[in-house]
Amino acid sequence: MAREHKEPLFHIVKRMNMGGTSKVAIRIVSILIGLIIGAIFVVALSPTSHNFFGFFGSMVSGISSTPRRLWLFLLEGSLLLGVSIALVPAFKMKFWNLGGNGQILVGCLATCAVMFYLGGKLPDPALWPIMLVASVLAGAIWALIPALFKAFFKTNESLFTLMLNYIAAILIGYFISLWYPTGTGSMSPLPHGALPTLGNTPFGKYFLPTIIFFIVAIAIYFYLRFSKHGYELSVVGESENTARYIGINVKVVTIRTMILSGALCGLVGFILSGAVHQMMSVNMDSNMGFTGIMVAWLSHFNPAVMILIAYFVTFVTRGMSQVNTDFGFTDEKLSSVISGIIFFLLIASEFFVSYRIVWRADIQKVMDKIAYPFVKACDSTDSLIKTIKVKLTTKKQPAKKEAE
Amino acid sequence: MVEFFFQAIGIAVIFLLGCVGETLTEKSGHLNLGIPGIMCVGAAGGILGVVVANNANGFLSILLAVIFAAVFAAIAGGIYAFLTVTLRCNQNVTGLALTIFGNGFSSVFINNIIKIEGDSGHGAMLSEAGNKFFLAHLPFSDLLGWFGKIFLGHGVLIYVAIAIAVVAAIVLRFTRIGLNLRAVGESPATADAAGINVTAYKYSFILIGSAIAGLGGMLYVMQLMHGIVGAELAGTVEGIGWLCVALVIFTLWKPALAILGSFIFGALYIFPSFLNVFFPDATFTFAQLKLFPLIPYVATIIVLVVTSIIGNKENQAPAALGLSYFREDR
Repeated sequence: MAREHKEPLFHIVKRMNMGGTSKVAIRIVSILIGLIIGAIFVVALSPTSHNFFGFFGSMVSGISSTPRRLWLFLLEGSLLLGVSIALVPAFKMKFWNLGGNGQILVGCLATCAVMFYLGGKLPDPALWPIMLVASVLAGAIWALIPALFKAFFKTNESLFTLMLNYIAAILIGYFISLWYPTGTGSMSPLPHGALPTLGNTPFGKYFLPTIIFFIVAIAIYFYLRFSKHGYELSVVGESENTARYIGINVKVVTIRTMILSGALCGLVGFILSGAVHQMMSVNMDSNMGFTGIMVAWLSHFNPAVMILIAYFVTFVTRGMSQVNTDFGFTDEKLSSVISGIIFFLLIASEFFVSYRIVWRADIQKVMDKIAYPFVKACDSTDSLIKTIKVKLTTKKQPAKKEAE
Repeated sequence: MVEFFFQAIGIAVIFLLGCVGETLTEKSGHLNLGIPGIMCVGAAGGILGVVVANNANGFLSILLAVIFAAVFAAIAGGIYAFLTVTLRCNQNVTGLALTIFGNGFSSVFINNIIKIEGDSGHGAMLSEAGNKFFLAHLPFSDLLGWFGKIFLGHGVLIYVAIAIAVVAAIVLRFTRIGLNLRAVGESPATADAAGINVTAYKYSFILIGSAIAGLGGMLYVMQLMHGIVGAELAGTVEGIGWLCVALVIFTLWKPALAILGSFIFGALYIFPSFLNVFFPDATFTFAQLKLFPLIPYVATIIVLVVTSIIGNKENQAPAALGLSYFREDR
């Protein structure tokens, strides 16, 4: 007897195009779900407080209760933005640069080495350019090594860069104990070479290092979008054979792009050591090389989205440190648990952007009823945005004609 | 010198489990960069198992540690499998997210939920279990001199780990399941057309691979550290995890070779602690001593470069490694 054919519960089809509002809405929903799961996790396990809404209150107060906290939030967000933007050119080329941490650390190391060996012998303003050049060079070299091997021997770049992270951290430990042979392995701020500030307020201290990465982000956006280099590296990323066929030198592009990527990570190290801390430690990268990858990938290399996501991730990490104290946890790593959960949900949301679930006919009816208001709301927002755009453009055009 | 080989084997099995776990996952076409995080989660699970067993019985302690470590790690691997197999998300990004999560989770879980220090902490119980049960070895091995110490003096889980690698090698090489798995990793579309359930294979081997790697994390705490939970636990296990991922390339995706490869890595990893044995006359400054931990990482880089230069066509990564499979594509 033939087995009765049963239609599967659902199947998955590719989605052709999705409205902009729905895309944003899906991501916001996934972030909210992530925060709620995180809050439940924290509240359920907290030894002291079980206030669900207090979780969100603590997070907000973690970034905004004092001007200093607010500025630290702005600064860390912009550092993360700097790392993400540094990784973008490499990722567009499909070069998995997992070595952001190491490239930041060697930037710190080079900056501190200049401050340590030349500090006091040269006036501070003369130190600054040397520190800048040294850190950028160090980061670039740290990225150049794997790039060379990738270009000539196709060596696996992700593991190579990962190992360089550990090597950079060990080197930092080495130099700290070389400079302070009797010390405890940590370093106190160096007396010379601190980068200039605009006074002693939180604003004065943190404004310049914050703003610099916004400028870098804009510059890289234009580099990728409008320069020949930017075009070449995206062709290499899409198809190496095509690139070779149209006469792009893949090796040169790989090496050049990685130098840029590493140099920008080195710049982050320069700011961290030169402007913020005046010292270095093995944890100074705060794992930004990894979180930067998340930010760069989740934003689809769109700089505006990247700013939002970088600041959201920083909101989570800085907010969680307040949650830590308010909810009686003793472990700083709590923030990576919560950001990990949110990353999972954001990654999962990518599925709903590019695929659609088609349910079996009887279930589809029920599903339609549940999802209909949501889809309708998104669609109507989409059409609203469209009409506003049309109105704006039609208003502009007559004004142009009058001018002529 | 005997102690050196003894310790090298102790750490080598951790590399071995991580490497075999990652190899099985990669054979199904999934590059799991979450293995370091999974090993951390496995370590947390193993500690929970020991605490649950409450040192009543050595056999029970080891059994529960193994089960909890494997289940915890498999759940973490399940998150990865769901995101990459069913939702077809980018494998590298998902893996990194899992490593960030796993590292944080194990740290929070161990310090805030199980609690190691303080009056209600379990630190003493864990180290007692580690010394009494996990390091328990055959009584007559002490009588056999260096041979007994190196080959017979280990806790039972060391031999279990080697057995797992041997079984994995046999399954991959000689059974139909292994053949199907390799087909899924090389060309999922072909495997699908041949009637192999691609999704089931991917899920099972990601879960099995994660569970095996999780055992590695558990072995690190309970066996190598004798149950002493340090503050740097998650960071160290993560570092070992990355070396495991690199070891997969070094051992050419072969669990049998992994036994040899992990021993070499183990020896390199432990080498800095045995400087006075190898160089009894040399003296090193405090700073110079800090440079020796570079050895395993530099060696890994050399290995990566050398294997890529030799570049044998026979021994390459599975062809579909890192690519999501969607049946309706083309």
